This record gives sequence, structure tokens and C-alpha cells, in this order.
Amino acid sequence: FELLFHSRDSVKMAAGQQWVLVEMVQAFYEAPAYHLILEGILILWIIRLLFSKTYKLQERSDLTEKEKEELIEEWQPEPLVPLVSKDHPSLNYDVVTGPPSHRIIVNGKECINFASFNFLGLLDSERVKLKALSSLKKYGVGTCGPRGFYGTFDVHLELEERLAKFMRTEEAIIYSYGFATIASAIPAYSKRGDIVFVDEAACFSIQKGLQASRSFVKYFKHNDMEDLERLLKEQEIEDQKNPRKARVIRRFIVVEGLYINTADICPLPELVKLKYKYKVRIFLEESMSFGVLGEHGRGVTEHFGVNIDDIDLISANMENALASIGGFCCGRSFVIDHQRLSGQGYCFSASLPPMLASAAIEALNIMEEDPGIFRVLQDKCKHMHKALQGTPGLKTVGEPLTPALHLQLENSTGSRTNDLKLLRAIVDYSLDRQIALTLARYLDKEERFLPPPSIRVVVTVEQTQEEMEKAAQCIREAAVKILK
Amino acid sequence: LAKVYHTHLCFASVYHAACNGELYSRPFIESFEETPMLVAVLTYMGYGILTIFGYLRDFMREWKIEKCHIAREREEQKDFVPLYQDFENFYTRNLYMRIRDSWNRPICSVPGATFDLVERSSNDYNWTFEYPGRVVKDVINLGSYNYLGFAENTGACATAAGEVTVKFGVGMASTRQEMGNLDRHEELEKLVASFLGVESAMAFGMGFATNSMNIPALAGKGCLILSDELNHASLVLGARLSGSTIRVFKHNNMQSLERLLRDAIVHGQPRTHRPWKKILILVEGIYSMEGSIIRLPEVIALKKKYKAYLYLDEAHSIGALGPYGRGVVEYFGLDSKDVDVMMGTFTKSFGAAGGYIAGRKDLIDYLLTHSHSAIYATSMPLPVVEQIITSMKCIMGKDGTTIGRSRIQRLAENTVYFRRRLREMGFIIYGNNDSPVVPMMLYMPAKIGAFGREMLKRNIGVVVVGFPATPIIESRARFCISAAHTKEMLDRALDVISEVGDLLQLKYSRHKVLPSLDRPFDETTYEENKE
Repeated sequence: FELLFHSRDSVKMAAGQQWVLVEMVQAFYEAPAYHLILEGILILWIIRLLFSKTYKLQERSDLTEKEKEELIEEWQPEPLVPLVSKDHPSLNYDVVTGPPSHRIIVNGKECINFASFNFLGLLDSERVKLKALSSLKKYGVGTCGPRGFYGTFDVHLELEERLAKFMRTEEAIIYSYGFATIASAIPAYSKRGDIVFVDEAACFSIQKGLQASRSFVKYFKHNDMEDLERLLKEQEIEDQKNPRKARVIRRFIVVEGLYINTADICPLPELVKLKYKYKVRIFLEESMSFGVLGEHGRGVTEHFGVNIDDIDLISANMENALASIGGFCCGRSFVIDHQRLSGQGYCFSASLPPMLASAAIEALNIMEEDPGIFRVLQDKCKHMHKALQGTPGLKTVGEPLTPALHLQLENSTGSRTNDLKLLRAIVDYSLDRQIALTLARYLDKEERFLPPPSIRVVVTVEQTQEEMEKAAQCIREAAVKILK
Repeated sequence: LAKVYHTHLCFASVYHAACNGELYSRPFIESFEETPMLVAVLTYMGYGILTIFGYLRDFMREWKIEKCHIAREREEQKDFVPLYQDFENFYTRNLYMRIRDSWNRPICSVPGATFDLVERSSNDYNWTFEYPGRVVKDVINLGSYNYLGFAENTGACATAAGEVTVKFGVGMASTRQEMGNLDRHEELEKLVASFLGVESAMAFGMGFATNSMNIPALAGKGCLILSDELNHASLVLGARLSGSTIRVFKHNNMQSLERLLRDAIVHGQPRTHRPWKKILILVEGIYSMEGSIIRLPEVIALKKKYKAYLYLDEAHSIGALGPYGRGVVEYFGLDSKDVDVMMGTFTKSFGAAGGYIAGRKDLIDYLLTHSHSAIYATSMPLPVVEQIITSMKCIMGKDGTTIGRSRIQRLAENTVYFRRRLREMGFIIYGNNDSPVVPMMLYMPAKIGAFGREMLKRNIGVVVVGFPATPIIESRARFCISAAHTKEMLDRALDVISEVGDLLQLKYSRHKVLPSLDRPFDETTYEENKE
């Protein structure tokens, strides 16, 4: 403002002359009166603002000190945690002694494991164990630091390279905890004001990631592409009303390859079409489908033959098929590199113990050497699915190709607690007959769309035909006995 | 300039706990020396020059005068809304990239007292790195959180973990509530509870996730969370995810905390004035960026007076403070039953991974049924569990040796010695005299990169931190002392730090401490009182 006025006066003087104090004072005398008055008012206003107290939004009521002390005396907080009754269904865990492999000892009974997500049977692989042991002898157990501060080991870099090569993407990034992977990836890209379209059956870690991102979340019905298209069209109409805002709001679709809650596959080709039509980015969560679907186990993109570059980010955890711990995200460098500075679970947490990374590398080696196991697993899944059809009182929820399907009650008793009791009775009955099953667990009050109670049945490569038949038979007997 | 002066006035020089004397059983000496005025001005100027050059570089990249190494969006997606705003990455592109080689340095050995670094070089100013395949051996490690020296690949812990790996394998493939709860997990939890002197405990697979998944279970809508200014990202995320109202009090400032507590109880929730359901105070034992220790006796006194609940995150202080390594509660001689929720991690002093929460039995029962981690996240792998059990037994002395006790003593001695020597040399050191985390101020942006590189040239690995982890003019180097450091290593490190400090003019301190007689440790501090 000042300069503008002075420069107008300087045009009267020779252009290009340097500012000298004398000329400034001269300009001051030559300036018109209104100019000086305006500047004077401005200076007074600045002085007033500098010395005025900050305005507090909270009203200060005039309570006396005595009244305040009384209020403080009287206030009683709730107890820190509500009391949990002794017979709460989730309080007493099943205790496993011995390794959690194909033959598992649960509550003292040796059973065949139909409950752990050990899809490729790599939990007991000797090769993986020996590789982990040699890594332990070289690096010890812990990494004692986050990735930025001497927590990056050469095995981490090697694992990231191998995962990127296996999935045929440019880059991969590892996290030390499976749950934290997608929960840190989503808030790194999607911020306040952005819009995310999510399937209703999305798992809890996606929900936590969305909550942390503070974006607008719009749920579409499970696997319903028409519902999604309706939401996208509505958003397009909104955008046309306000094109400037629409140019900066990012849009994402978050789906899972193989849903853990409903055990079915997302329609990826239609999603890719919608992506290009409405210009939304796709984040794909592949925890259950990595190492399961596709000819070489590369997941749902290979299953459908979709070009992997069409998916902006693929996230998976290494705790299911890879039988290690942790998770990874892979995609183009343009997308993945951003998480190295803004993924909270990556920057502020200790890195994955190197022995677990070595175990994952060896598991990847096994997967690459023998791509036939995926076919074997898919056949077993289909077999189990067929064997469980027709169980009286229970319905099988899930696609034939899924390795982890749900058994829900056909007719619910009306209360969730009673349903859970019935299902638990079936599980106990099976445990007595050496079949290890488990109830699918959810956090009742926090899940957005709580799935109905169910028993989780997991198929692994190590199970034989007889064992699967035995399990199906056992479940049938239990259903007849308990649900009559 | 007015703002610069104001921020300096906030830092007191040295604080003795003479007042509140009956709460503290030992002197509480913390210091955060003021930033010298000239240094502050020069630092702001430095950032200003870097910003101008940043804009210049962006301009040259836009007009293709300079080669652009930045990854680009796909051709097919060019008309999508841009994934990142250009100015968000300004700092990353133009300031962070130039000194990127100070971070993410890959290592290829145990992160013990010394380690081996993988050599890497860059031909294009840190945009891409090459690995010629050589290894820099025996670099002194002043960066890893290895307080008690349990990061080792030989010894009782490694042997036990090795046996378990061969017998049980590495993965778990199931959650705690489903099929992933092993008897070893329950044994670990009992051991943690007895270590801390509480009723029961629960262990989780990741320290960060312990906070971000369990704070939402403890506080919800209608609750108030009072969190320290400098709390770790996991505490902040957990507080945000819980949905409670969050109010921040000044770092380690008890007057600020008391004022917030009084206001909260007297005025209730904003607008409706209903009373708060509960008030949860989130603090840490040792703050790793400042090196300060929480004023626990005063916090507990406040908490009792105002009936709030205390959540203590002992990520850095468990194992590192206290004559028996039981953390900050033992350091101040307080009762662990006064702290409602004790949380900690196994990554730092136990050489493993994961976190725990400990407290009363009803708290742990509630978490067993309602914690996000027990229901949705895979349980801890067994080799890690074994490492924690063995190292904890060693610290407690249950394995029959005195290794644990001697390590704790050595850590305390090393800490006091290192801090004293650095202060004598004239560096500005932040934090409490007893904290094994030693931040040394660098201030100027160029010195961040220079310090890291010069130390590495002389075979010492240090951690340097700048914006945004610290306020913009207060970049620092952070040393983590370990019980595995011998006196010779510390002396060598100190000589090199002094040399580099002279080279880069880092000896800013204006309070000269007179060098004491050569007694590297004060034996009186840890004598046991025989009643």
C-alpha cells in the first residue's frame, strides 16, 4: 500500500533514481493530506492490535473460588473401564501349546488346524525356519530403531525389491505390522476434504485408516457396481456446481481383492472401467488374495488379467500366505515413495525384525519356484466348499475359490449372544473331535456394518482330502445335534 | 524478530526441584538452554536463502534447464486430480533431498555398540543411490535405541530365540482371540506384570499400534484427553481416533496441566457444560526429542487431587531408568499402582519388538475383550516373545546372573559421563541429567547434513533430526547411550564430536561448566540403603 503511493510520486521524479532518505522525506511533505491521514490511522490500528488482549472464545463465567473448589470436590468420573463379567464370551482365549501349524494342540487336545490363515502351509516349512535362524544369528532379533535411524537393514531393501519384482510393480514398501499397513497408507494420501468410496464389507483396518484420514467417506453396497456408479454420478453433479473445488479434491475407491468378512471377490474389471470414466484412483487391499488367487499367486489382478499399473496402490499383509509378520504396499514409485515420509506406521515405528524379513524372502522363493501350489490350493478350496454345502442349519458364505469361508446360521435365533452361543457349541464339539475351528471375531460396537456371527473355516494346502471330509462330517453332526 | 525473542523467553535455564521438595526424593536437573540470538537470526536467514534457491530450482526444473528426477504421474492419468499438491512437497524436494543421505542408512550387522554400514553413494545429489557393494565396518553406534545392549546375536537371548524359531517357526497366522493365543504369550504377560509390579499385563505386536489401538478403547466421546505438547505421533493418533476432546498442555509444565484440569472440571464440556465422563492424561516417561523426563511425582499428585486417570507411555524409559530398570516410576521411588495405565515398548531396552499395557486386572480384562489388536491383528511371533522373556529375566536377575544389574549400572554411568563431558566441551545439550537420550543442538540447516557426514567419515554413526520432527530452528543431533558402549568407545566418540564441533562451530553454549576431577561416575547415586 505504502509502496504503491510512493511509487506514484516517484514517477514525477526521474525514473530509475535510487531511493535516498532525503527524497523520501521530500515525498512525505509532498504527499496529499488524505494519504497521511490514512497512514496515520493504519499505524494506530496496528499499535492497538499489538497491545490488545487475545480474544478467548470460551465464556468466563464468574464463579467464586469457593464455588470452583466445590465443583472440583463434587465431580465424580466414570470408572476407567467398565466391568467385564467373568463369563464374557471373548474373555477366555483358547490356549495353543506347541507350534500353530497343520497339527495344532488347542486346550490340550491335538487337532487338525482349520482356523489359522496358513494358506500355503509355510508356517512349518523347514527352509523358512532355517533361513530365519541364520538371519537371527547374523542380526539378532530386534532392529532397535525406525527405518530413518539405522533401522534399515539390507534384508529390508532386498525384501522390498523382491516383492516389487514378484508383483511386477516399480516399488514396494514394508511395514512391521499387518494391521498398520492399510491403516497408514490411506491417511498418507487422502486428507481432510477428499472423498473415499468404500465397500460396506471393508475390514476394520480400512475403517481405522479412513477414520484417521478425516476424509468424507461414502459407503456403497457390497460388490454392487450400480450403487457405486450412482454415488459417483452424484459426486459428478456436485463437482459441476463447484468446478474450482472439484479440481483439488482427490477421489479414491478402496476395495479388497478377497473380502475377509464375506469371502467373495471384488469385480475388478468393472472397477477399472469406473476408474477411468469418473477419474477416481483405486486402492486395493489384497491380504486374503495375495498368494492365493491368480496363476502365479499374484492376487486378484492376475486372476482377472487386469494390468497392474491400472491399480494405484496394492496393499497386503504378509501374515497369511507368506506366513511371516508385517505388511507391504506396492505400486508405482510415484505413489509408493510418498509413504516413506508420510506413512505414520512406517516413519514413527521400529522396522520389521530382520529374521521375519528373511523368512518372508524365503517364502517368496518357495512361491516362485513352485507355482503349482496355487492350483492345488484352489482345487482344495473348491472341494471344501462343495463338502460343506447342505449342512443342515448352516449356510456356507463365500465363493468356491476362497480359502477362508464363513458358516452362518440359516435361521438366526434373534439375539446375537444366543447365535454366538450356538456357534461356540459347534466349535467346542468339533474341538472334541480333533477339528480346530474358530468363531470369526469382531468388535461389536465399533464395526460400521457388523457381519452376522459365523464360524471361520480355513483351507490350507497341507490338508488332505480325508481330513477335509472328516471336518465336513464333523460339522454336519454338530449342526444336527446342536441346531435341531 | 519479536517472535524469535518471545520463543526464547519460554525456555528457562536450569530448574532445581527445590520447591515441591517433598515430592522429589532426588534432585531433578533439567536444562534447555536458550537459543543464542545471533544463531537464531542466522538460522532463519539460512532457511530463507534455501527457500529462494528452492524456488529457483523449481523454476529451472519447470523450464527444463535442470534435469528433473522427480517421479511423474502416468500418461493415462494426467487428467486426474493431482495426487499431491506441489507446495506440499516443496520442503521434501528442495531441502530434504539435499541431505537425504543422513537418513535411512542401511546396515548389515547387529545394531549393537558398533555396526557395519552398507556403503552408498550418489551421483545426482541424492535423487538415486548406488550400492558399490562395500561395507564400512565397526562404526560406533550412537543412533540405535539399544539402551541395555540386548541387541546381540550371541548369548542367552539369541540362543533361546533360535531354539524357538526351529521348534515353532516364525509366523502366527491368526489373531489372539482366534487361534493365535499361545501359552508363551500368557507367560510373557505374567512376567511383564511381575516386572512392573502390577496385577496384570497384555502384550501387542507393535509399539505404535499399542497406542493407536488401545487409547480409543479407553476414551471415547464425552471424555477429555490432556496430552503433552511433545507427545509421540502414536499417542496423538490414538487420541484422535478415540473421538474425545483433546487439550494440549505445555511440555512438562505442571501449572499448565493444573489450569487445564481445573477449567475442565469447573466448566465441563464446551457449550453444553455437562460434566466430563472421565479425564485421561497422556504423558511419556522420557521424551526422545528433548531428552526430558516427565515430572511424575507432580503429575501423580495432580491426578489424585482432580480424580483424573494417568496413561504413562514408557517407550524409552522402561529398562533405562531406575536402579533396577523398572522405569520412571521406580526412578522417582513411586508406587506403580498410582499410574492407571502403564504402557511401554519392547523395542528399545529389550532388543525385540512390540508393546505392552499393564495395570489393574479389570483394565486388562477389558482390553482382552475390547482391544482392536486382540481381535483384528496377528499375535506376536514366538522368537520375539522368547527374546523378551529371556532379556526381562536377565534384567530381573531371575536367570541367576548379575548381567542385568551391571548393565543398568553401566548405562547410568555412561549417561552421566557422556552428558557431563559434552557440557564441559561447550555444546548445548537438552534434557535431564539422567536421560540416556542426549539431544545436541545444531540449529542451522546446513550443519545438519554436515554433522552427519563428518561423523560418518570418522566412523561414528549419529542421528540428526530437523524439521518437521523438531521446531524449524531447533534441529539437533540425538545420541542414544547404550550399556554396551565401553568407556573407550565413548571417549573416542567424544573426541571426534569435539573435533567436528570445532570444525562446524557447534559449541554454542555460554554457560561454561568447569571440568571436574577425573571421576567418570558418581558411585553414591546407586548405593542401596540398608535400613
